[in-house]
Amino acid sequence: MMPDPFILRAVIAGLLVALAAGPLGCFVVWRRMAYFGDATSHAAILGVALALAFDLSILAGTLVTALGMALILAGLAGRGWAMDTLLGVLAHSALALGLVAVSFVPGVRVDLSLYLFGDILTVTAADLWVMAGGTGVILALLTWRWQALLTSSISEDLAQSMGLDPARERLVLTLALSVIVVVGLKVVGALLIAAMLIIPAATARIYARSPEGMAWLAGIVAALAVLGGVFGSLTWDSPTGPSIVSAVAAFFAGSLAGRAVLRRVMPSEPVR
Amino acid sequence: MPGLHRKRPGMNAPLIQARGLSVGYDHAPPVLRDVTLALRAGEIVTIIGPNGSGKSTLVRALLGMIRPSAGQVTRKPGLRVGYVPQKLHLDGNLPLPVSRFLRLNQRLSDRQVQHLLTRTGVPALARHDLATLSGGQVQRVLLARALANAPDLLVLDEPTQGLDQPGTAAFYRLIEAVRAETGCAVLSVSHDLHVVMSASDRVICLNGHICCEGTPSVVSNAPEYRALFGLGTGGALALYQHHHDHDHGHDHGHDRGHDHGHDHGHAHAHDQGPKAAEGCAHDA
Repeated sequence: MMPDPFILRAVIAGLLVALAAGPLGCFVVWRRMAYFGDATSHAAILGVALALAFDLSILAGTLVTALGMALILAGLAGRGWAMDTLLGVLAHSALALGLVAVSFVPGVRVDLSLYLFGDILTVTAADLWVMAGGTGVILALLTWRWQALLTSSISEDLAQSMGLDPARERLVLTLALSVIVVVGLKVVGALLIAAMLIIPAATARIYARSPEGMAWLAGIVAALAVLGGVFGSLTWDSPTGPSIVSAVAAFFAGSLAGRAVLRRVMPSEPVR
Repeated sequence: MPGLHRKRPGMNAPLIQARGLSVGYDHAPPVLRDVTLALRAGEIVTIIGPNGSGKSTLVRALLGMIRPSAGQVTRKPGLRVGYVPQKLHLDGNLPLPVSRFLRLNQRLSDRQVQHLLTRTGVPALARHDLATLSGGQVQRVLLARALANAPDLLVLDEPTQGLDQPGTAAFYRLIEAVRAETGCAVLSVSHDLHVVMSASDRVICLNGHICCEGTPSVVSNAPEYRALFGLGTGGALALYQHHHDHDHGHDHGHDRGHDHGHDHGHAHAHDQGPKAAEGCAHDA
């Protein structure tokens, strides 16, 4: 039985997001950048507004604003403001400003929920090529810089003493986070992209014994959640993006419960 | 006893040399100013100074991790440095077995990993997760990683922060043993006076600039040092002095297998005693 092409496209789109978000999310978790992902993706709504207002492609608009937000954050970090305050200010300001700006765009009635929560079933073949390109860029960056990224996530001092430049590695991650926003916008939407970064990585952490293992596992967890979410969405006619995130949340909860059981059964086994 | 060291020509090209080194960030008074020093092969040099005196900054500038605003640093070509950072802020989010950590920037066989961990006294930890180790164990793992490339110079930035006194003493004994075995120079940063002093050939007392330097006994008697660390250390220093005379009275001649060759082999820049500078305690 061959599934409908739009379902096939949805599954492929979801898997492309999962493939990039899993490993990238590990760095978000390791470096405590959870809010950073939020701010970058919320800025995408502002990008949507700008793109509509100036008749640019949504893709270009979101990429530019996400990147702009990421660079502003990277620049402001360590200048006296507590990071969570700064992110709270910028993330919500960008979101609010974007929502207001969209309402001013003349002549277009925009269904914003498409961008806030994604609509994976509207993904076109052209979208898929763009997403594949974005996922390719992210995976290439992570593979190319893996040792350096990992080392500077462990200790910036140590990285510097090895001749690495932690600032450059931060920039690589910033860039990758902006790209994932574009890749994920139609799949899970601006509000839930950060969830696809954090929850698979957090789930993988429960089982992983090495950084590489955690990255692989996060990708696999994210991919399984995509399959589960799309299936659930078709079965119960629920919104696809939130269904995918619910699926990954269920993975996380199940893994925690599984670990608790494991600990009771084999108390001597060091699980972490 | 600086006078006892004979100068031997030929082997004295310093590993690292700084001339007129200053480090500052815009619109702020410089963290370091006009620091001149040389590190020679096989020396154990300790930089001490109060918090904010620029100790870590000096180390970073010497290693080329930050760019000086004035002056220059020259490192011997091909110098191999083993760096032990201040502390590792690892939490449980990043699963990192000790063996994987040792291989971060270098290829090591299982046997090499085992050898390094055995050398630093933690042979059973290869498969353990770094985040689950005690402070002392982490320091030994950091040291093992630093030793992997057979360094000419071991750099330790406050390596015993958070260790208790026996742990600190044990860690410094390990450093001394490693130095004796490999002949590498050791540059360490500390404010832990007792142990530092007893383990060092030369102490540099820093507070934005070099206040005084010399052998431990010379420095501990220097007025600049006393001014910097105040009266509160009087008792501690006396205690230390006692230890020092006991352990090192014969030029490191205790039974741990120090090689005497290098003890006499390097020239000390401070043969004339402490280099006095202006009063340290009132310095910005």
